[in-house]
Amino acid sequence: MNTADQYLKAIYLAQRIEDGPASTGTLADLLEVSPASVNEMIGKLEERELVDHEKYKGASLTDEGLERAHNALQTYCIIERFLANVLEVEEFRDEARALESVIDDTVAERLDTIIDRPAQCPDCFDAEQDCCELLELEASGRAD
Amino acid sequence: MSLGQRVSSDHQLTRLLQIGVVLEELVESRAAHHIESLPPEERAEFDEEVEELLAEAATESAEHRERLEALIDDLEAETVGYEEINALVDAQYGPPEDTDGVLYDQLANEETAYKFYDDLIEAIEASESEFAVDRERLLETLYSIREEEKEGVEEVTEVMEQRA
Repeated sequence: MNTADQYLKAIYLAQRIEDGPASTGTLADLLEVSPASVNEMIGKLEERELVDHEKYKGASLTDEGLERAHNALQTYCIIERFLANVLEVEEFRDEARALESVIDDTVAERLDTIIDRPAQCPDCFDAEQDCCELLELEASGRAD
Repeated sequence: MSLGQRVSSDHQLTRLLQIGVVLEELVESRAAHHIESLPPEERAEFDEEVEELLAEAATESAEHRERLEALIDDLEAETVGYEEINALVDAQYGPPEDTDGVLYDQLANEETAYKFYDDLIEAIEASESEFAVDRERLLETLYSIREEEKEGVEEVTEVMEQRA
């Protein structure tokens, strides 16, 4: 997943958490980058018409941005589910965050052929818990 | 969330190699399922060349898996066994409609594997971390597997072009 898609996903989640435009501070926390980096990227995404930015309020996804954010979140959900249910990784959230930049969408699509993902994905993603609310976890880790 | 595309620890490297093993197991299992799933009339049409292509893909995947597993072994971790992935493929498998569908799926397998190794190599090269496996051996192994995946893409494309 490329950096732009990671930002779009974070904006989508921040908008859900804040129930409104995503603030620079929340995005900086979610992405673990500086507010200056966030502002720079928001500017680029605005130029590409993926994001609308209102001063002092924050960033909101355009329709095209929302579609891309949905796809990015689905890819992220595949990675989390694969780690949790196939490799049985207990710290699947942290590991998904560490791996998402290296896992391409096409790779995630292949992994998707062996996991059980609800049809309503990514609407069932719980932004606060950072995972799908329907995810059933195995009892113990194995492939560590 | 880490925005950098680089592999920074043994743990992360191990996880990515484990994903590589699963991708290879998927190729192996899906190739076997494709041959079995075709109706008799399609199977008769399923010429030797296509059958050979799938058999070769399965053998090559098994060999790639062994090479990745040797690296994972050196990192003192485990992998997911083939039978487990085969069972998961079994549970979710929807057979392609015809031979062309089989070939498209095989092409997607090879392209995905190539992309995965290409990204992994780039992420390792971008990192200055020391790993518990020899960096040169790690990269040599991945270069050679990536090259074979590239040849795999070319082989499937050739067969598809001949059939068109």
